[in-house]
Amino acid sequence: MALRRRRRPGPELTASLTGGAPGLPAPSQLELDRRAFRARRSRRSTLVALVSTLVFAVVVYVGVTNSPGWPRVQTTFFSLSNAREAFPDILRGLWLNVQVLVIGGLCVLVLGLGIAVLRTLRGPAFAPLRLLATGYVDLFRGMPLIITLYLVGFGLPALRLQGLPTSPFVLGTLAIVLTYSAYVAEVFRAGIESVHPSQRAAARSLGLSHRQTTRIVVLPQAVRNVTPALLNDFVALQKDVGLISVLGAVDAVRAAQIEVGQTFNFTPYVVAGLLFVLLAVPSARIADGVAARARRRQQSGSVL
Amino acid sequence: MSAVLDVRGVVKAFGDNVVLRGVDLSVDEHQVVALIGGSGSGKSTLLRCTSLLETVDDGQVLLDGEDVTDPRVDADAVRRRLGVVFQAFNLFPHMTVLDNVTLAPTVVHGRSRADAREEAHALLTRIGLADKAGEYPDRLSGGQQQRVAIARALAVHPRVLLLDEITSALDPELVGEVLRVVREVAAQGMTIVMATHEMGFAKQVADTVCFLDQGVVLESGPPEQVLGEPVEARTRQFLSRVIDAGRL
Repeated sequence: MALRRRRRPGPELTASLTGGAPGLPAPSQLELDRRAFRARRSRRSTLVALVSTLVFAVVVYVGVTNSPGWPRVQTTFFSLSNAREAFPDILRGLWLNVQVLVIGGLCVLVLGLGIAVLRTLRGPAFAPLRLLATGYVDLFRGMPLIITLYLVGFGLPALRLQGLPTSPFVLGTLAIVLTYSAYVAEVFRAGIESVHPSQRAAARSLGLSHRQTTRIVVLPQAVRNVTPALLNDFVALQKDVGLISVLGAVDAVRAAQIEVGQTFNFTPYVVAGLLFVLLAVPSARIADGVAARARRRQQSGSVL
Repeated sequence: MSAVLDVRGVVKAFGDNVVLRGVDLSVDEHQVVALIGGSGSGKSTLLRCTSLLETVDDGQVLLDGEDVTDPRVDADAVRRRLGVVFQAFNLFPHMTVLDNVTLAPTVVHGRSRADAREEAHALLTRIGLADKAGEYPDRLSGGQQQRVAIARALAVHPRVLLLDEITSALDPELVGEVLRVVREVAAQGMTIVMATHEMGFAKQVADTVCFLDQGVVLESGPPEQVLGEPVEARTRQFLSRVIDAGRL
């Protein structure tokens, strides 16, 4: 159970080994041959990869641009002038998506963690809470997000209750938080259950209460174990915030839709789509990095 | 002398498997009791019942005369008066050595951070690991981790220290450093109950050796008697197997 602050000697160590660490005798001819072979093999693999990628790209490009409908598709989906015109509105809309993402993401973390903790409570006294949490997860994990959006976005305001928000921004965020909390709660629960029971035994035998044990000993380890999975859900959330457009909030998707409705050219959708991809790339890379670090921790020194 | 720990007729079963069939054990202040016996004889289960990590199915455990197996007793408050060291160390991997040792004194006993740190440093010096205070447990060897676990248990000034086969997960060359710490703690008057496979150590340190067999204390007495001239046939059989394995 090695944890994060420990930096594995990564590339530096490999470099120092192949370069000959100070104090080591000069490498034998056998080792030198092995290194030369490894270098040759790695050069060859790089070359093969480069060539095959290039060939694939050319085939796709030629195939698509020579298809009978391509000129038509090009003007409807990839029109530069349409893109330029729609871009400012879509970017303004994307700002709304980012706001939903940040506020919603934080709420999801808090609510998800709370539900996960409720689900792991033991003892008959907590049965109603446990049941409630389980029911919540079953309901919102099973319900398609789009239907939750409709129910919350159109159902809640229809009640005409005083003080209830009616803005599609707030209601859309609420619906997304409801759905994603259910997913994230399950991720947290998996993390809590991945902490070995002996940790709990050790904490309890020091006199810590159940609550103190959960907060100080179990949760910190649980959160570290599931960080890659959480980041994956965050990437998924980044694109699902575009769904608040169905409630009429003028986000990137809705802005594109308006543009499309005026020109009957679909380029704005492509622009919005690419912006979402750009938004997702950094967090996807962070998720990769975190996952890779976790992998390195678990199999240090292995070449596989 | 008064009995710090008094185990009376404790029964514990896991499903159909009856592990303890009525164990009696009395531990006086400053006494060191070694529990010996084969695998599955109930040594660990007895310790886990004593530290209330398991609930007993019958019988009583009295700590300073108080029946701690009474469900009305606050189990957390009882555990505060005990120190437990496990076979697998069970240090908290996300905390430094120092934080592991100061956790219970600050969080459970409400002592000030500075106060707890000062004592933790003194404890770590005692076990020879003062320079490792800022390290995380997985950077330490098994023997060092187990010594930290002992310091963590001692930091709360327990009435009784329960040691559950604390050298069984260690390389033979690391066993000595852990036993040295236990010997020193015992010499300072700590009341200790330890389940162990180290017969030689039990012989040197324990005041009383109890041989557990099939869920009961079959034989108990001074180490010279139980380990030297056992009365029961099962004890002799067990000890001869231990000698064959080169552990005595």
